[in-house]
Amino acid sequence: MRHTLSVLLENKPGALMRIASMFARRGFNIESLAVGPTERHDVSRITLRVDCEQHPLEQIEKQMHKLVNVLRVSELEPDEAVERELALLKVSAPASRRSELISLAQAFNARVADLGADAIVFEIVGHPEEVDSFEELVRPHGLEELVRTGRIGLGRASSPKQNHRPQHVLR
Amino acid sequence: MRMLGADAVLRSLEAEGVDVVFGIPGGAILPTYDAFARGTTVRHVLARHEQGAGHMAEGYARATGRVGVAIATSGPGATNLVTPIADAWLDSTPLVCITGQVRSSLIGTDAFQECDITGITIPVVKHSWLVQDVEELPHVLKSAFHVARTGRCGPVLIDIPRDVQEASLDFEYPDAVELPGWKPPRRGHPRQIKLAAKAIAAAEKPMLYVGGGTLNAHACAELLELAEVGRLPVVTTLMGKSAFPETHELHFGWPGMHGPKWSNWGMNKCDLLVAVGARFDDRVTGKLSAFAPGATVVHLDVDSAEIGKLRRADIPVVGPLKQVLADLADELRALHGTEATVPRTEPWLRQLAAWRDEFPLRYGSSDGMPKPQLVLETLQELGAGRDVVWTTGVGQHQMWAMQYLLCDRPRSFITSGGLGTMGYGVPAAIGAKAARPEATVVCVDGDGCFQMTGQELATSVLENLPIVVVIVNNGHLGMVRQWQDMFYEERFSEVHLSHHVPDYARLAEAYGAVGLTVESEDDLGGTLEEALSCGRTAVVDVRVDPREHCFPMIPAGAAAVDLVEYSNDREAVEAV
Repeated sequence: MRHTLSVLLENKPGALMRIASMFARRGFNIESLAVGPTERHDVSRITLRVDCEQHPLEQIEKQMHKLVNVLRVSELEPDEAVERELALLKVSAPASRRSELISLAQAFNARVADLGADAIVFEIVGHPEEVDSFEELVRPHGLEELVRTGRIGLGRASSPKQNHRPQHVLR
Repeated sequence: MRMLGADAVLRSLEAEGVDVVFGIPGGAILPTYDAFARGTTVRHVLARHEQGAGHMAEGYARATGRVGVAIATSGPGATNLVTPIADAWLDSTPLVCITGQVRSSLIGTDAFQECDITGITIPVVKHSWLVQDVEELPHVLKSAFHVARTGRCGPVLIDIPRDVQEASLDFEYPDAVELPGWKPPRRGHPRQIKLAAKAIAAAEKPMLYVGGGTLNAHACAELLELAEVGRLPVVTTLMGKSAFPETHELHFGWPGMHGPKWSNWGMNKCDLLVAVGARFDDRVTGKLSAFAPGATVVHLDVDSAEIGKLRRADIPVVGPLKQVLADLADELRALHGTEATVPRTEPWLRQLAAWRDEFPLRYGSSDGMPKPQLVLETLQELGAGRDVVWTTGVGQHQMWAMQYLLCDRPRSFITSGGLGTMGYGVPAAIGAKAARPEATVVCVDGDGCFQMTGQELATSVLENLPIVVVIVNNGHLGMVRQWQDMFYEERFSEVHLSHHVPDYARLAEAYGAVGLTVESEDDLGGTLEEALSCGRTAVVDVRVDPREHCFPMIPAGAAAVDLVEYSNDREAVEAV
């Protein structure tokens, strides 16, 4: 079962390394990780994607919460969060195939970021599953290079649950 | 007040009430040692190896419950501290390590004695700081002590570049820390405590499974109160040893791989297991699925991540154990009072006592050389009535020390449990002596362990921190030999050290200590007494029978019911 965790941490040297090291030494696997600034200059947000059962997930959350730089750990539930990912895909595109590819891209709201003689670089922003679909559709055309940012997410503004499920608290 | 960063380090240590630190100077920490020379109330104990300094700081912390402090230079000085830091991490020992670092401008250039010690230690510290601005120093020191001793105790590291030590600042020690991400639990939840009390009151065969967290929480009096109110039997783990008086009628030994049969059967057959600052370590549980199979589990711990990590807790209580245990005892007393019931554990206590009578610790009779168990039995007799703090190395002698030394005073047994660090005993004893100069500090060591850190005898002698080292000398890496004998068809591979090289008594004398050798049972008591009462650093080399194995034993990954008693149970060993 895949889970998305949203982690707020102090913007301090080594903070990301402490989290990565904890995952490595406790044998937890990170599927994707995106880190960046937040509305506060001294706080960063990490969006983590992990594939594990409920029990190890609780361990991950609790072990992360023990790190001094970690301010908050919450799980983003799929229906209560907005999740997005950006991907750049370099697809081989001889002149004869260009229009087909471009119309395919339009269906996904993907943009042409760069156009060369033999290839196109597409940029797509969307729900990670949409990015997956687009990736699979262009793959047969010759996917030369691909980069994905990893998923980022925020709790919905419209969600009554104030955009995150509280961290597991055993009291 | 205007001062150098180096002086700010010492003023901070003084503000924390640190009375003694352990360390070795070197290039990158020179400015801080210059500050020692300028004057401080902090006593510095000069070790002979940074690993020794680290274990001394651990011994100090374990003997007092206060934060231990170790200081080393950059590079190899810092890496030599890694073993004590890892040791303190696994045993939750509060430790502040201060290391010098190369100048800020040289960091990242592979400079002389440069090493990324904050990077190396990330997996084994609660937190660490590389101080980049001298103005941060007071806050970092304050935070370091706070993090080391709050929540679940453990080690922290402060790495200070040389130029930061040499820069000046207006020093003021902060009153409070600013650590928005560090929020250890303050109180156990009353509802959970009520649930736990009800479960305890209802249990017919409860067992308190007490770990080192109880000592770290200074909660031994509260534990005693709880056990007595509920008439609850207690087993203490290796790390929990001395948290509960071991001559008390409710103490039923030590669980785990080399615990007695009555303790392990008690754990196995109980209907309610109350884990108190214990973490279901594999050396205690053996095969997890067969551990206390019929028990409801109440788990009391300050670290929520321990709840359910290995064994599901039916009733978790997360909070500081001192408060949790006190409230639990009150709840239990109230339950007994209102329901006009008395604890229903008496038949269970009688059963445990019967097992203890039926399956006592046993060992073979001597055919010349003293048996190692006899050394521990003799030490127990000589130590009774004395204010003794025991430390140990790691291996067979450590397990015999666990079995035969009965510790009634909290913090009177100091050992390396989680990491199993050979060489821990001698420096830990020196640290304990620095913390408790009025106590007789005895290191029960193995010959293999002693040779890993024995050079600290010089520290003991020259710093006037007299300790007694009793080497249970079987001339082998005994525990490894035992495993090779039992599980590798007696193929002894690289375990022979010899009884005679070095001659430990002459080595001790070379260090200016008293050196004594025992080769027969007749000399044992008298010689040990001589060492205990001489008032000087003394080493007693007791040459014991190397064939003796440590029993009982639950082979790794086996269950309590597979426990192997004395060595004539060879078939039982082979069956497992």
